[in-house]
Amino acid sequence: MSAISLRDVWVEYGEQIVLERVNLQIAAGTFLSVVGPSGAGKSTFLRLILGQEGPSRGAILIDGKPLPDEPGPDRGVVFQRYSVFPHLTVLGNVLIAFEFAGSPLLSRLTGAARRAAIAESEKLIEEVGLTQHRDKYPSALSGGMQQRLAIAQAVARKPRALLLDEPFGALDPGTRAQMHQLIRALWRDCGMTVIMVTHDLKEAFNLGTRLIAFDKLRRDPQAPGRFGATVTYDLDLTRDGPVPVLGFLKPLTAQQEPNHLQGELP
Amino acid sequence: MNIAPRRGGRLLLALIPFVLIAFVYVVGSAERRAANPDDKLLPPVSEMVESIGRLAFEEDRRSGEIVLWADTAASMQRLLMGLAIATLIGLAFGLALGLIPVAGAGLGTIVAVLSMIPPMAILPILFIVFGLGELSKVVLIVFGIAPFLIRDLALSVDSLPREQLIKAQSLGASTWQIAIRVVLPQIMPRLIEALRLSLGPAFLFLISAEAIAADLGLGYRIFLVRRYLSMDVILPYVAWITLLAYLMDFALAWLARRGFAWAYAGRSR
Repeated sequence: MSAISLRDVWVEYGEQIVLERVNLQIAAGTFLSVVGPSGAGKSTFLRLILGQEGPSRGAILIDGKPLPDEPGPDRGVVFQRYSVFPHLTVLGNVLIAFEFAGSPLLSRLTGAARRAAIAESEKLIEEVGLTQHRDKYPSALSGGMQQRLAIAQAVARKPRALLLDEPFGALDPGTRAQMHQLIRALWRDCGMTVIMVTHDLKEAFNLGTRLIAFDKLRRDPQAPGRFGATVTYDLDLTRDGPVPVLGFLKPLTAQQEPNHLQGELP
Repeated sequence: MNIAPRRGGRLLLALIPFVLIAFVYVVGSAERRAANPDDKLLPPVSEMVESIGRLAFEEDRRSGEIVLWADTAASMQRLLMGLAIATLIGLAFGLALGLIPVAGAGLGTIVAVLSMIPPMAILPILFIVFGLGELSKVVLIVFGIAPFLIRDLALSVDSLPREQLIKAQSLGASTWQIAIRVVLPQIMPRLIEALRLSLGPAFLFLISAEAIAADLGLGYRIFLVRRYLSMDVILPYVAWITLLAYLMDFALAWLARRGFAWAYAGRSR
């Protein structure tokens, strides 16, 4: 389990500002849903926590320590596509997580260590319901099965946080419902922090214990990259009844803030 | 477009052009012989069989070797050594260039420039530096195809989905582990395909080097008997070289399908 906190985080690509003034405390064990329109920096936010990129300004702390600037085994990830290795069988895909850990040079386990790793992998494969497909290659699996495999792979190293980037976006509704049950059960059992980026609001409300929305507060029609997105809604979903709002920032339009626009002109 | 031949029909269709070429040759050869009994340009099949029988089954009176097999062994040794060394260089550098940004930035341009040097243009340099023996011929083959392999493999490493590499890192893999467990197995099918495409150039460099300086080898023999206009030796030798190249290509294709079945899932042929 791990608490993640972002302090005044900005992400800029040259002139373009993607995220601005993001302040967030994510308690350990939270299931955080992240929603927002396209281009609002949801995936950038996930990449920040993954360590794939660093913030331009501000700090990200995990359990009070600065986040390492490269992906590591404490943060598992499931992408929408391309998450599993096509050259390995179902078993091989899960086993490789243990092989990376146990054999730095050759990444191959032998003897008792290998048998133990296989037993553990098979347990994970059973949890995601792929036991009868354990010797198939991913190309022979459906999209839903591939995502289940990706999840089994991601939790193999018992990460403290699991990051999901639209993991069920490409699945049909029936499969998606199955996946929801699976991920919820895994989250309960492992007690890890889950951060899920999604386009599906229903999914976001159903699964999450907390929901944040990214959007731009200010827009400049002449310079779309001038302002970045930040957290505009922050909802606590743990209680029954009306949803308490933890934070709420009303988006301002350019018309409501004419002075600001003028101020930007040279 | 929707009519596909079956197995037997496919074989038959493939054979038709060969039969046609053989037919045209036999007819042409007979015509020329009828006009001029001393014609050497299109020797009849019987003469070719006789010459090649002599080269393939009788010991040469001067050297005591069976010429065809001695030539083949010498040429194949050069070719296979060249291919093996080029493959190792291509794999090591291709992987490094594609996977490690620092290596790509440092070596990418020099490899691109080196690959543009026409290998035949530096053959004299190789002869001067490495002598006229085996080494210069092997180095020519390596120089001719290694840059292509490096660039091709670097591109195929580059085309692996970024997600896979991130995923591997999030499973705790080091760069070395990613290279040998994630990237290397996935570029092996492409390596074999690139090698198949390199067979043609490799033979070209081999025959050229042998034609210029050698005392044994398939290319050497062809250019030797050219002086006597011995088409009855040249034509079977060319057919033999072609057959060898085709068989190597076929074996590599089989190896790729057999060893890396996962890469060909969902492809029809």
